[in-house]
Amino acid sequence: MTKAPVTGDVTESAGGPGAEPRPAPAPLPPASPTATAFLGSDDVIRTRGLTKRFRGGQLAVDGLDLAVPRGSVFGFLGPNGSGKTTTIRMLMGLIAPTSGVATVLGEPMPQSVATVLPRVGALIEGPALYGFLSGRDNLIRFDAADPTADPRTRPQRVDTALERVGLSAAARKKARAYSLGMKQRLGLASALLQPRELLVLDEPTNGLDPQGMREIRALIREVAAEGTTVFLSSHLLDEIEQVCTHAAVMSRGRLVVQGTVAELAARAQGRLVVRTPDVARAVEVLAAHRVTALVPGEDRVDGEFGERDDEALPELCAALVAAGVRVHGFGLERGTLEDAFVALTGEGFDVAG
Amino acid sequence: MSRAEAAGGTGTAGRTEAVPAVGRRPRTTAGFLALFGNELHLTFRRMRTKVLLGILAVLPVLIGVVVKLNTDGPHEGGGGPSFIAQTTQNGLFLVFTALAVALPVFLPMTVGVVAGDAVAGEAATGTLRYLLVAPAGRTRLLAAKFTAGLVFCLAATAAVAVAALATGAALFPLGEVTLISGDTIGLADALLRAVLVAGVVAASLAGLVAIGLFVSTLTGSGIAAMAATVGLVITVQILDAFPQLDAIRPFLFTHYWLSFSDLLREPMYWDGVLKDLGLQAAYVAVFGSAAWSRFTSRDISA
Repeated sequence: MTKAPVTGDVTESAGGPGAEPRPAPAPLPPASPTATAFLGSDDVIRTRGLTKRFRGGQLAVDGLDLAVPRGSVFGFLGPNGSGKTTTIRMLMGLIAPTSGVATVLGEPMPQSVATVLPRVGALIEGPALYGFLSGRDNLIRFDAADPTADPRTRPQRVDTALERVGLSAAARKKARAYSLGMKQRLGLASALLQPRELLVLDEPTNGLDPQGMREIRALIREVAAEGTTVFLSSHLLDEIEQVCTHAAVMSRGRLVVQGTVAELAARAQGRLVVRTPDVARAVEVLAAHRVTALVPGEDRVDGEFGERDDEALPELCAALVAAGVRVHGFGLERGTLEDAFVALTGEGFDVAG
Repeated sequence: MSRAEAAGGTGTAGRTEAVPAVGRRPRTTAGFLALFGNELHLTFRRMRTKVLLGILAVLPVLIGVVVKLNTDGPHEGGGGPSFIAQTTQNGLFLVFTALAVALPVFLPMTVGVVAGDAVAGEAATGTLRYLLVAPAGRTRLLAAKFTAGLVFCLAATAAVAVAALATGAALFPLGEVTLISGDTIGLADALLRAVLVAGVVAASLAGLVAIGLFVSTLTGSGIAAMAATVGLVITVQILDAFPQLDAIRPFLFTHYWLSFSDLLREPMYWDGVLKDLGLQAAYVAVFGSAAWSRFTSRDISA
């Protein structure tokens, strides 16, 4: 069973405190509600009942209906083993679906591999390189594998891609001497050898240090700002929250939900949080001001506050102060995707890392 | 070359912006052939290939030295054509001796390594998936691998022949060559025959390249594919040694391998060589098709 996609028009950012700035809204068509996106023709990726059962009988992907709007940065979220990579392999024509259909850039896969894939850059399940070749020669090989790539512009495109991922200095080094982060970047460079309509990135920040992650995310935003649709799979909720405009959540081979990140995060109610040493007093005052579901904690109280008008919050704060509560902190904390995930599936997002 | 020039070349001359456009690009012949060239580059850049060719080149040197040290006593060869006696009289015969020694074991072993690893090795390192999403095209990739395998056969045979010629020239006299049939031909003529023989030997390995490629599409482990291919060569040659198996022996791909010695007669006796080449073509057709049908339908999950 697939839950109905969420709808709504929440536009607020779902980023928690300290989150990196959200990318500017994608330049191409705005997020269409998923109901029409299924019928619309401008989806970069669309699947209908996509299913893969491996020879052992294991059902890796089960009746997937996915719609990735053009121009979106689409987060494909799920725990390890939930079927993300199998889905990506089907979309890229590497494995054949057991049943169902998938279209990429409007053409059926895997039948249209030769016409579709030159317009798609992909990083699948981590980088794979020829250790005995230099980074540059690795890119030359992958570029030579594309029959639509012009050999005359190859050296120049390779150098541009290397520069873009910050590997120019290490271009002549053998790839086996690369660190994992450098390998990841080289993989990304091979996805950027040509201007692409779609970038498929499977766990692009896996194994990177925080600095490397930031750099890769910045690059993803940059590519998205140029109008490339980015399909980003990850098991990291905060990564999706920071980078994506849309998201779909997979769990055990099934699609749990898809929609804009804001819609998904709106599923999780924001809560009012008061930080104070006078917990008992604060609870009394808050209860008197129609704050429900109060949870007193150590030096903090949180609860649900229904009032949404601009005056309500300052008034509530003033009431607390007037009652002698020493207010150290006061505000609404936004829901996160993790809250949404828990709310949607009733289960924790239980993955390592 | 500037990008603007390149854009002009592909028919988007109206574009003033130097950045290449997003969207469909035409397939070009040069683009199509690029993978074949790159595959050769990849094969011969590998240390492994260089080591294999080096071993093949050392073999004739060893044979030459051993023959030189034993020139006192008469030397009888084992099963293959016995060129060794002639070698002492004419260094050119070391080419034929070395090829006859290398063909049953050393040459097929190196070819088995290269062909067996061709697809399986890429699957094992994961580079196969990136080639396929490039998209290399499965048929084109297999064709490039097969071409590189054939070129390796030529290079391997050439390594043996050239090293043998150099060693023979250094250790033994060169001059007019007395053929198996007893006729005598000039050195230039004999050199041409050596080139012809090397070509036939290289072509005799074509069937093995196809077999190796097929095995390579069956597994995700390069080592397993190499071992299986080399093991197959040995098994087939053992089978070929049983007279009881006369019914199948003419269909074993190793059966006519040593027929190249018939080219050292006057006139040249082509019967066995043509049978050999025909058999190789049949093996290429059968195992090439099998490799293609397997590779184009297979799930790439490595």
